[in-house]
Amino acid sequence: MQSSPNCGKVPKIGIVVFPGSNCDRDVHYVLNNILKAQADLIWYTKNKISYYDAIVIPGGFSYGDRLRAGLIAAHSPIMGEVKRMAKDGIPVLGICNGFQILVESCLLPGALMMNNSLNFVCRWTTVRVHNNKTPFTIKFLKYQKLSIPVAHGEGRYVADDEVLEDLEKKNQIVMRYVNDDPNGSMNLIAAICNQEGNVMGMMPHPERASETILSPTKSSCTAILIFHSLLSYLLKKL
Amino acid sequence: MRHRSAVFPTMLTNNEFDYLRNHLEREPTPTELDIVSAQWSEHCSYKSSKKYIRLLPTNGPRVITGLGYDAGLLDVGDGYVITVHIESHNHPSAIEPYGGAATGVGGIIRDIMSMGTRPIAILDALRFAPINGETKTSRKSKWLFKNVVRGIADYGNCLGVPTVAGEVEFDPCFEDYCLVDIASIGVGRREQIIANKVDNDDLVILAGGSTGRDGIHGSSFASAILQGENRSAVQIPDPFLEKLLLEATVEAIQQQCVKAIKDVGGGGLSCCLSEVSDNLKKGLDIELTKVHLKHKNMSPAEIMISESQERMLYITDSLKLENLMSIFDKYELTYSLIGKVKKDREVVMRYGGKVIAAFPSHILAHAPLLDREIKEPGYIHELEKSFDIRQEIDNLDEVLLSMLSNPSIANKRWVYHQYDHEVGLRTVVKPGCGDASVVRIGNGKFISVKLDGNSKHCYLDPYQGTLGCLSEACRNVICTGAQPIGIIDHLQFASPEDPRIFWTFVQAVNAITDYCKYMNIPVVGGKVSFYNETPKGAIKPSPVIGSLGLIEKESWIMEPSLKPDDSIFIIGFTSDELGGSEYYEYYHGITGGNVPKVEFIVDKINSKAVLQLITTGLVDCVHDCSKGGLAIALSEMAIAGDIGLNVKLGLIPNFCSRLDNLVFSESQSRFIIGTRQPIKARKLLSKFKGLSFAQIGRVTKSDKNIKFINKKNRTIVDIPVHKLRQRSNALERMMSS
Repeated sequence: MQSSPNCGKVPKIGIVVFPGSNCDRDVHYVLNNILKAQADLIWYTKNKISYYDAIVIPGGFSYGDRLRAGLIAAHSPIMGEVKRMAKDGIPVLGICNGFQILVESCLLPGALMMNNSLNFVCRWTTVRVHNNKTPFTIKFLKYQKLSIPVAHGEGRYVADDEVLEDLEKKNQIVMRYVNDDPNGSMNLIAAICNQEGNVMGMMPHPERASETILSPTKSSCTAILIFHSLLSYLLKKL
Repeated sequence: MRHRSAVFPTMLTNNEFDYLRNHLEREPTPTELDIVSAQWSEHCSYKSSKKYIRLLPTNGPRVITGLGYDAGLLDVGDGYVITVHIESHNHPSAIEPYGGAATGVGGIIRDIMSMGTRPIAILDALRFAPINGETKTSRKSKWLFKNVVRGIADYGNCLGVPTVAGEVEFDPCFEDYCLVDIASIGVGRREQIIANKVDNDDLVILAGGSTGRDGIHGSSFASAILQGENRSAVQIPDPFLEKLLLEATVEAIQQQCVKAIKDVGGGGLSCCLSEVSDNLKKGLDIELTKVHLKHKNMSPAEIMISESQERMLYITDSLKLENLMSIFDKYELTYSLIGKVKKDREVVMRYGGKVIAAFPSHILAHAPLLDREIKEPGYIHELEKSFDIRQEIDNLDEVLLSMLSNPSIANKRWVYHQYDHEVGLRTVVKPGCGDASVVRIGNGKFISVKLDGNSKHCYLDPYQGTLGCLSEACRNVICTGAQPIGIIDHLQFASPEDPRIFWTFVQAVNAITDYCKYMNIPVVGGKVSFYNETPKGAIKPSPVIGSLGLIEKESWIMEPSLKPDDSIFIIGFTSDELGGSEYYEYYHGITGGNVPKVEFIVDKINSKAVLQLITTGLVDCVHDCSKGGLAIALSEMAIAGDIGLNVKLGLIPNFCSRLDNLVFSESQSRFIIGTRQPIKARKLLSKFKGLSFAQIGRVTKSDKNIKFINKKNRTIVDIPVHKLRQRSNALERMMSS
């Protein structure tokens, strides 16, 4: 991990904003106001981002989902920078459209297709953590369940048999939907990571499940552990 | 006789033409005629309705007024303001439901942006012909419904503005047609509200979408009966462009580089420019060749009245121009500097320097108002007469289950699951979880909001029906723990040229005036839409009312789900008021009878009592009793709490002649509450003089059934809650098949 100007202090998280991103401010709010971390919004034309200790690519409709969700954003210069950072082991989290961008950038395998209902779906569901060794899940117990909402039109994870087998074998399936699959994903995949574990893409929105008041049952929000995991991982590294 | 204009047949009448000529003191040019006929369409000018709309009470302690404010503006404390507006897109949606509904969202969002506030919520009220059965009408209706919902979803979801609340009603009067009302709420800081103060030589900039031939005469099209399929009058949506425009506008406001903003909507540039000039009391000198175009060889008149979407007009000065341009560049938005502000109040339009139209803006912005004839329609008295319906039904199980699967009553998750209702991290009470949706604002307070309409009641008695919509919309926000602070209205009727239709319009406006004055709630936004009819006939009078409420404390937020150990109370009185009820109309197929009446004093006391129960922490859940009556309200509370209940019908305060009337009557001003402190609740309620209330039952521990017991201790309804839930998912089943 490269040194940061904040060495030994507070980790800095960069949130990449593309034209059409719309969960950028939400992630920014949760990281800064709820977790009291330091997070900045980075407009996609910025070319120096190596200053950050972790990158989040938020949800939304980058480029209005033109051609295919995430495709155009994946080809923007800032993603070259993100790829380089990912290779250096810097944690990169893609949420919803961010997951789609990571897949289109080939940072993660497979594809995200139209939901099997053919409709956009926005509702709460339950996922289970299958890999608690990634920078985003170290605070979870293995097989811990969490309540979290999804909101997407193209969230059905698809990959060929070989990739799926590989994902299973190398423990890259980080989360799966439990009994209530909102989109028809193969192997109930809700989140995957790369082989090294530092790049994770997930369809559900942890930033929407980080405060009790936003939970439909007003029960505790365990999804915030995704961000807690990241922060505690970064603090250990710094 | 119609007067010829440059490109299009004008809609001006002889009177209007004479009025124009007299005020201009010369012959209007053909281009001027085109502009005026777009501007003086019913849709843009309110020429039939303005005299009545002016009577609505619009002032209140929270209302902020200002020059040229399109949307209502309310102070919600701590330096925060909210804006609210409502519009419909009925004609376009009836022809091209996807594009029509989507551009409806776009238009309302730009109204909120024009005020300098960020839109934080979208609401929709939708009306279609019935979708059950396999008839040609129901198939068409399904198609309209599916695509309207998709249009709203695709636009709102892409923008990142959550669609948080709404309603859907089905009625045969909407055959081959639909009503698509979209409302939006914005939030901002008081100091950032656009001042709309401009100076001479300030610069006029048009940014966003290119001006094209799409949506030419859209407003005039919406000001006539829907006959053909004039697709060119329907605009094309581009939510991605709107998102860029939204972010650029918010950034420009934060950096204080705009002096005035105006959405380019119905009536196009000409309407926008004349309203800006009229509102700001300044003149505008505009060069049309500077406007960035989508199509070549557009005539000046086409440029002026095109209703191409995603366009905004900004006024800035030469000092701030560079900053504003750099923001547009950041978002890769196209913009053109199209003119300057002048001192006189005249809108001058040039094409290559040559003046092609010049009007004093007050003429253009104010069509001569009309005195429409009013006549009470004959059907009103005929249908009011009470009549008997078959013999009384003993076992109500099947009736209740059938009522629950009535698409107007069934749960609407098929709709709101398609809407991103959570983006923005504000949606505290989500659609389907409460009587109204609750969104949080920055100061630790909450806004509760709901739209309500009832075409069935309003047809039989437009005055009482509209009062009912007002009462219901307010009750819904009260049920979430909110004090109503503002009303928005959307008045939708058929042709105002028919005196009988116009009578129903005047009745509805009177109802809003009377209710809001009595309750002391200002009307903060509204719109009128006429000519909602097809060759199949006129729609029923369909005012849609939106209520906005403010919740001061998080602990006051209420949902309708019953909790274990709850005692159940009803507040309010039930009478034989089944005219226009879902029980008569949907179950029995009968149109007629007594429409529920709103007693102002009762409505006020009941609401006050419920709010006091909430703020003193005496209740666990509150639910409004409306469409489908008591039986439906109790079923919904049991489903939400996933819990059984036992209600003794004999305890309900009522004047009903039969049991089915009692459980399905839609009498107004009624609430059902669940409390674990029945003694204290009873004590508090007893303090209100003249309040009708009773403890009518309780949640059951032994089984998960909903049970109604009559006076003779006989169980007349006994249904497992899971069965109720399954039936209430009818909409999802119908739309997925």
